[in-house]
Amino acid sequence: MNDRNTDTGIGAAVLRKEDRRFITGFGRYTDDINEVGQCHAVFLRSPYARADIGEIDVSAPLEMDGVIAILTGRDMAADGLGDLPCGWSVKSKDGSDMISAPHPPLASERVNYVGEPYGVVLAETRQAARDAAEAVATDFGELEAVVVLKTATSSEAIHEAVPQNRCYLWELGDEQATDAAFQNAAHVVTLELTNNRIIPNAIEPRAALATHNPASDEITLYTTSQNPHLARLILSAFVGLSPEHKLRLIAPDVGGGFGSKIFVYPEETTVAWAARRIARPVKWAADRSESFLTDAHGRDHLSRVELALDADGQFLGLRVRTTANLGAYLSLFAASVPTYLYGTLLAGQYRTPAIHVEVEGVYTNTVPVDAVRGAGRPEATYVVERIVEVAARQLGIDPVELRRRNMIQPDQFPYQTPVALVYDTGNYQASLDRALDAIDYGGFPARRAASEAAGKKRGLGFACYIEACGLAPSQLAISLGAGVGLYESGEVRVNPTGSVTVFTGSHSHGQGHETTFAQIVSDRLGVPFDDVEVVHGDTGRVEFGLGTYGSRSVAVGGSALVVAADKVIAKGKLIAAHMLKADPAAIDFESGEFSVRDSNQSLSFGEVAFAAYVPADYPEDLEPGLSEKAFYDPENFTFPAGTHIAEVEIDPQTGVTEVVAFVAVDDFGEVINPMIVEGQVHGGIAQGIGQALLEHGVYDDQGQLITGSYMDYCMPRADDLPDFDVDTTITPCTHNPLGVKGCGEAGAIGSPAAVMNAITDALGTEEITMPATSEKVWRICRGD
Amino acid sequence: MNVEFTVNGTAHTLDVEPNTLLVDVLRSTLGLTGTHVGCDTSQCGACTVHLEGRAVKSCAVLACQVDGGTITTIEGIGTVDDLHPMQEAFRECHALQCGFCTPGMIMSAIDLVERGEAGDEGSVRAGLEGNICRCTGYHNIVRAVLHAAQRM
Repeated sequence: MNDRNTDTGIGAAVLRKEDRRFITGFGRYTDDINEVGQCHAVFLRSPYARADIGEIDVSAPLEMDGVIAILTGRDMAADGLGDLPCGWSVKSKDGSDMISAPHPPLASERVNYVGEPYGVVLAETRQAARDAAEAVATDFGELEAVVVLKTATSSEAIHEAVPQNRCYLWELGDEQATDAAFQNAAHVVTLELTNNRIIPNAIEPRAALATHNPASDEITLYTTSQNPHLARLILSAFVGLSPEHKLRLIAPDVGGGFGSKIFVYPEETTVAWAARRIARPVKWAADRSESFLTDAHGRDHLSRVELALDADGQFLGLRVRTTANLGAYLSLFAASVPTYLYGTLLAGQYRTPAIHVEVEGVYTNTVPVDAVRGAGRPEATYVVERIVEVAARQLGIDPVELRRRNMIQPDQFPYQTPVALVYDTGNYQASLDRALDAIDYGGFPARRAASEAAGKKRGLGFACYIEACGLAPSQLAISLGAGVGLYESGEVRVNPTGSVTVFTGSHSHGQGHETTFAQIVSDRLGVPFDDVEVVHGDTGRVEFGLGTYGSRSVAVGGSALVVAADKVIAKGKLIAAHMLKADPAAIDFESGEFSVRDSNQSLSFGEVAFAAYVPADYPEDLEPGLSEKAFYDPENFTFPAGTHIAEVEIDPQTGVTEVVAFVAVDDFGEVINPMIVEGQVHGGIAQGIGQALLEHGVYDDQGQLITGSYMDYCMPRADDLPDFDVDTTITPCTHNPLGVKGCGEAGAIGSPAAVMNAITDALGTEEITMPATSEKVWRICRGD
Repeated sequence: MNVEFTVNGTAHTLDVEPNTLLVDVLRSTLGLTGTHVGCDTSQCGACTVHLEGRAVKSCAVLACQVDGGTITTIEGIGTVDDLHPMQEAFRECHALQCGFCTPGMIMSAIDLVERGEAGDEGSVRAGLEGNICRCTGYHNIVRAVLHAAQRM
């Protein structure tokens, strides 16, 4: 293991810088931070899925010990705070705009999901705030809730402005060409699929701590955010909390996000507003029950999928009709997840010439649904890879062979799909081949026979997935409805002594950027890895940023650092040329040395850095200092792809499914730190297996969340999972300077389809939905 | 009510409410914020500390229950310059990502090894059933615990 440390550059499995604080208890998460004089917030939350808010009687709780104030949505509305916006606007197929329902941070007239906040209690202790919140008497007029997705469009309208509860009816692809493909098909395979609702469950619950300085009028807000600059922009430009230059957001150590901490939520908005209003620092930390009730959930699709094939098993057309649950309001990215992050991926790894998808985005009286690890792409992969597997079974073709017949060939890139994307590069066969070797595909029949002899059922399932990451070319994204650009910013600040402080707009909440980004800059500038420090997550220190989601950090944020580092080198060459009395064009830079070509004259990086700040012998027309910024806007998405194979064994007596082997061979392009990349894949696979076997966010008919704790929502534990066999193949991304594609979501994208293909293979039926709990499996085995 | 106990070798006498949880005393009163709170049903294990050398979930222990007791938290098992073998193994095996479950996971893992129940992968997986990690998929945590068990 020590061998891994000998090199710290790109490609080395460098141990992580950030681990020292995390393993010793010196991480600083939001709830670890306290301000002198702080008080504690506990929210008033709706017990009903849909109700009118009547009188809120706070007279008794206001008299309780330690209670400072009780503020409601009506107070917030009176202060003129605006609604929480959706950052992506989607158009319906008829050209009309989606219908966005107003989403006040605190409800003032009506609540629309259980747990929706309509007020906040501020008290000296958390316990006092809790006790007072219990004592608030609110007169609710309960209304019938719309909970069932399938019938939501025929139910009463939740929001006055949204008839049939339909936010949009979006389409992509050529409907006529797809219809024609089906008319010419030798085979049509049809499947109804449910993509189960999941709850993200970062282990650190969301939290916020706000202070307001009355003299400067500046608000400082510590918050559990994946993108503090974007949150600041929204809180100032849309919510109107405070001008941008009077608002500092700090996302310190953040304990996992998985998408759920991208969004701007009511709670941090309220805490910041309340801190100014009562002139006290205000702290809030969610308990896990609040996380279940109020973190944006994920997935929750119903789909009808049809695949048309010719007599040889060539795909001719794919038709997909999906109903996507958006919850009670549109969360920040909600509109884009079941549309542009979903429909565009339905070509998968295949040459399917005609594809048409329609997505109906629907409001229900449930917590908003938004991006969770993979965000649209696991849903697309589930659709494509389940129908391909079922087609292979129905046509009697080996599932590997059917995929091979239809895969885009390595010499066909760049490849224009019928659903808007241009894949820049890839080699899907290479990942597939290596995965087949790893799982020992040839040995499967013998393993299955051995299981059967022992009274067990064994199955093998594939998922050859593709994803679009590295979001995104700004102009393209804005033309499709994005409300902001999708570049990333970076700054490489060389200190006078030659050490380097790197500022990035990406945010690390487990991904290890302090290590990976230091590797990139250290490698580029030839300075020691330990001399590079990475700063992120503070709008007061980092110029701007769009944050971390969609596996974009290295591809976009890392590329920005490369561009900034190259500017440092370019300026360093001018300084070195002056000092060495040479032509700047004759200066080479390599391994931290500026040298005059074809000479023995050179200066170290540190000498040039020092000269930049102590400009004694220095070019007259050059500014002192050695610090460079870059905003990197990608030319295209990146397209990680790979093959995941799950092998399961089912005990028919108990219905328990054991994942006995899981192979993932992914093409992430170039790999900066293979140790970190493997870890990202492991975690993603665990979440995908969790979705396939265990996890399900369930509301009852009245809209009460009945999976609201770890007693009821089944998180994967160590003994639910196998060791994972992960490997990579490499086709470098063609359009960013690192050749990287992104690795954060692949595990969660490929694994649900692979596991469900394996389970349906073992059971011999397609009639099972995620999660394939032991009860469902047991009933099928019994023939119920 | 007054309670006396020792935390990481330092004796404390504190006035606590009868319903005060041990984890709140550790985090809020003593400032030992390495111990985390990840749930409210004693499931996630992020708050795991050692009481008399055995792993307990400090969210499920009242401060008054540990009167006279000896407690060790993540801050008390090693230092940045002199890591406990389990801390070292977690770093070497990349057994953590966001770090939030890590202190509890390390405290549980040490207890598991000291009880002699970390002999193989299966027993480690079973033994960590009370600690939830959302980042790592447990693969590297299991490797780290087996690795540390060789060194402890």
